[in-house]
Amino acid sequence: MKPSTAGWLFAAPALAVIAVFFALPVLAALALSLTDFDIYALADIGNLRFVGLGNYLGLMRNPLFWQALGNTFYFVLVGVPLSIALSLAAALLLHSRLGVFKPFFRTAYFAPVVTTVVAVAVVWRYLFHTRYGLVNWVLAGIGIDPVDWLGDPDWAMPTIILFAVWKNFGYNMIIFLAGLQAIPEDLYEAARIDGASRWRQFLHVTLPMLGPVMLMVAILTLSGYFQLFAEPYVMTQGGPLQSTVSVLYLMYEEGFKWWNLGNASAVAFILFVIMATITYGLLWVARRKGAE
Amino acid sequence: MDARMARAIVNGLLVALAVISVAPLLWMLSVSFMQPGEASGFPPPLLPSDATWHNYHQLFAQAGMGRYLLNSLVIATATTAIALLLNTAAGYAFAKLRFAGREAVFRTLLAALVIPAQVTMMPLFLMLKELGLVNTYAGAVVPGMAAVFGIFLVRQYARSIPDELLEAARIDGAGEARIFFQIVLPALRPILVTLAIFTFMASWNDFMWPLIVLSDQGLHTLPVALATLSREHVQDNELMMAGSVVTVLPVLLLFLVLQRYYMQGLLLGSVKG
Repeated sequence: MKPSTAGWLFAAPALAVIAVFFALPVLAALALSLTDFDIYALADIGNLRFVGLGNYLGLMRNPLFWQALGNTFYFVLVGVPLSIALSLAAALLLHSRLGVFKPFFRTAYFAPVVTTVVAVAVVWRYLFHTRYGLVNWVLAGIGIDPVDWLGDPDWAMPTIILFAVWKNFGYNMIIFLAGLQAIPEDLYEAARIDGASRWRQFLHVTLPMLGPVMLMVAILTLSGYFQLFAEPYVMTQGGPLQSTVSVLYLMYEEGFKWWNLGNASAVAFILFVIMATITYGLLWVARRKGAE
Repeated sequence: MDARMARAIVNGLLVALAVISVAPLLWMLSVSFMQPGEASGFPPPLLPSDATWHNYHQLFAQAGMGRYLLNSLVIATATTAIALLLNTAAGYAFAKLRFAGREAVFRTLLAALVIPAQVTMMPLFLMLKELGLVNTYAGAVVPGMAAVFGIFLVRQYARSIPDELLEAARIDGAGEARIFFQIVLPALRPILVTLAIFTFMASWNDFMWPLIVLSDQGLHTLPVALATLSREHVQDNELMMAGSVVTVLPVLLLFLVLQRYYMQGLLLGSVKG
């Protein structure tokens, strides 16, 4: 057997799985989003009608869709920068020559990343309980009145953001740490000779050298945060007052609670277009900056 | 700022962040051993006054936790075994075997990474319903059987296998299958461990797809069961914490034991965006 035939044979099973269970469903979702597929069509496919862009237009007129989109953007725009900032801060601490027991701390910071979202969300719901949660108890100790974290529409999303940052910062931290270790020591040496302070070294050596790593971290984190679902499902069930309904939460309810699979597909596609636009937009900006 | 001060600040921050990271997990463990109702007092107790296995007993005897644990184990193990085989073969092919269209196919796969898996869920559900796979283990396993990320990971690692090694085996008359199993797989062992951990954890922790495809309670995985239980038992904190421990502990231990492989894979998988 020639290596070229072998190549196709070795790749074929995985490619077949991806084609049948990923590529095909993506195309089917596009088609499905142009139909009124609902519980009647689920019972009898004869009830299926082509509605063109009807689902998309319907969503544009649906206040809950805009609310879900707004909530998701709130989560992403606040959560992603906070998450990246904490990851970078933790990586800098672990990279510092002054720290001790660094392998231990690295493992401790990473532990939340490998835990199951649903399980730790249950834990956080309890930690942030208004009456007997540990968080309000600590706050009471420093004289702050109890906050109704998950019951107040203004606080529910910030609480979920705190949870996501806590759960995820360890992942990017590891990537940043590798990036920091790859910066040549001479650059800092040169900066010190020029009399640059610690802060200026960070601004003019560390940050620019982390540029490519930062871009990748930003893209990965953005796409992860746009897929918010389990946290509101467990912690708030989308409430209070729909303040934590995310796009995917809406998709799940539309699709698998009300069986409006056509409409749910349209929701999913809009999310996909938003995510792809932002990803390619970031790459485009980075390339232009790199070209200058 | 003098050096001692700087040292104190850095280490103080390291400790503070470690407390924030780990305290919720330790408290989960502590509350899971408390008597029913004990954790609903104010101020919240930090340690159980009289540690008990009651909640765990309750979970397995009454709430069917053993069944959910088994479901999770079967689904994650099956997904890992299949994904390991398919992704490794494909990753090796993309790294080392020249075939027509290889680069184009690989670029397409990478481009497809921007598509969130949730887009596929509605058609996939209908498809599996037609095939009679909704509410079966197979339905939960199917989408995880091959993954672009896994193929990419193996490809990155397999590129370091010297071509001369493979050529020498071919000249000696070894078939491609034999080369794969006797030369390539042993050389790939570290990345296979990494891929296995990643796949197992992703499958174990997955929530949305099992929630959709396994509506039958007897087939629930741990995360799905826990989410359902937590909606029913809002007040039973001790019970819910025990359930969280059962769900989190297997993957946490797996990570702690095989940490080196996990970190290696994380970095290898993110070399290229």
